[in-house]
Amino acid sequence: MTTKLIEIRDLSKVYTRGKQKVEVLHHIDLDVEQGEFLALMGPSGSGKTTLLNLIGGLDAPSGGSLSVGGKRIDQMGAGELARWRASQVGFVFQFYNLMPMLSAQRNVELPLLLTKLSAAERKKRAAIALQLVNLAERASHKPGELSGGQQQRVSIARAIVSDPTLLVCDEPTGDLDRESAEEVLSLLGVLNREHGKTIVMVTHDPKAAERARQILHLDKGRLVEQVPA
Amino acid sequence: MKYLHLIWAALFRRKTRTLLTLVSIVTAFLLFGLLDAVRTSFDEAGQSANGAKRLQTGSKLSFIQLLPMSLTQRIAQVDGVKDVTFANWFGGAYQDPHNQVFSFAVAPNYLDLYPEINVSEEHRKAFAATRTGALVGEGLAKRFGWKVGDKVPLMSTIFPDKNGSKNWTFDIVGLIHVVNMKTDGWYDQMFLLNWKYFDETTPYNQGQAGWYVTSVKDVNQADRVLKAIDALSANSDHETRTMTEQAATASWMKQFADIGMITSAIMGAVFFTLLLLSGNTMMQAVRERTGEIAVLKTLGFSGTSVLAMVLAESVLLLVLGGVIGMALASVLGPIISQGSGGMLNLAAAGARSWGLGLVLMLLFGLVVGALPALNAMRLNITDALAGRA
Repeated sequence: MTTKLIEIRDLSKVYTRGKQKVEVLHHIDLDVEQGEFLALMGPSGSGKTTLLNLIGGLDAPSGGSLSVGGKRIDQMGAGELARWRASQVGFVFQFYNLMPMLSAQRNVELPLLLTKLSAAERKKRAAIALQLVNLAERASHKPGELSGGQQQRVSIARAIVSDPTLLVCDEPTGDLDRESAEEVLSLLGVLNREHGKTIVMVTHDPKAAERARQILHLDKGRLVEQVPA
Repeated sequence: MKYLHLIWAALFRRKTRTLLTLVSIVTAFLLFGLLDAVRTSFDEAGQSANGAKRLQTGSKLSFIQLLPMSLTQRIAQVDGVKDVTFANWFGGAYQDPHNQVFSFAVAPNYLDLYPEINVSEEHRKAFAATRTGALVGEGLAKRFGWKVGDKVPLMSTIFPDKNGSKNWTFDIVGLIHVVNMKTDGWYDQMFLLNWKYFDETTPYNQGQAGWYVTSVKDVNQADRVLKAIDALSANSDHETRTMTEQAATASWMKQFADIGMITSAIMGAVFFTLLLLSGNTMMQAVRERTGEIAVLKTLGFSGTSVLAMVLAESVLLLVLGGVIGMALASVLGPIISQGSGGMLNLAAAGARSWGLGLVLMLLFGLVVGALPALNAMRLNITDALAGRA
């Protein structure tokens, strides 16, 4: 039996650019089950990153409702939303977005700074997360000393270190060569299958999308089809 | 504290820029420490326990206006007066007019009223017995390489002798030893000559005194005594103004320069420049990290946490540079004092200077960090991640 993790109803997003209003998302309805691996595809400007940002609680919708894990995140204030993100969501970006002056270990520890864990416990958990992405031996290296694929794996370790329910990935293989991309996608697959993480991934890459269980196409801010992968 | 490594790493993300800014902060607070030591040194002049028991009487018109010798006896008869002496400003310089020497022609009992001017009995007797004798502070003697027995030419910038020459000759007969340099460092540079020799040699004095010094029996009666002394000359052609030694010293110093105002003006200019410089550094540093700040907020750091971290970074920058600067001033001050041969008395920064310095560091840190911290707090995550912020 599956349960809904994400429930989106009549969701819309309007941006104001000067005097002009641009409706980026039009009345989206979408359910995502717990443990799902969903790929969001579509041309540039179709609204996939906007939808991902809304699901991850980085932006507020202009209309409709958005529940994650039974909580209406569209009704949360900035502070509550920040706390919710810290405990419930892991983020993976196209360009890794690691802190260049911190070691891999310190980067992975970042989300744990928001918890009440002791320094020793934070270090231990970061080490486990790095082990999970096969980078234990690179813990003391700074991002500049790692390859793109390795940096993305550090970024995944940072995303999972606080054990969130949901992983939000924005073009996680967009900046990687095919080999590194395969490694990262395999890792996401393992996290989905073996660790039960729900993953919502935006991608342009059909090969990356093939790893998902479900592919969602967006065009001009509208959901055009829902395809089981 | 758990964010400290994050703040430290952010601070030294651009090492060269941060180090250059730190050098500016170190220099500013080094200057602050040294100038505050100068101000403190001037403030403390005349504040000794002995000074509290002495009054100084000078002309109400100007400190260069002379007073009649007859006042000696009349002041001595005022109720509450223990002893009275007098002195004249000599205005001496050694070899070059720029080598000013604090030189005074003093009455025979002058040293009786200044127990803190430490002169050996032998040297006191020699001073009393030698018409052209002079007592000099050990610091002054060291500065010019003088020793007891030397014949020293001194040029008065004011008083000529009977032949019209301003070149006087004195025999150094004794040294003044200062025990407490902090409160009595002034005497270490002093040159005392016999008033009688001065009065008989220059045609410009003719039995007059530059100022009177009175010791009181009871320090609590000082206010009444000084009013009584001034009443002696009321409505005469030589009206006087009597002050406690502390007030007189402060007034004397102010006639040369308002040290407090000068140091405040210099520090104002230095700190204003520092604010602009470090403010610019912080603005640049935070602007460069827009993406990283957006990531922190994405991970769940609240706007307030980000604001606090940027403010902490700015305060850390100022405190780090400020503490190094103040510590350097504490080390350099005494070295400069020693190098000046006692002309300057710059003590290591005390608790008051450190306290003021730390308050300034914190205040500047908060001011400098306020704008970038507010910008960081208000940063829109999605705009910043998309490179639009």
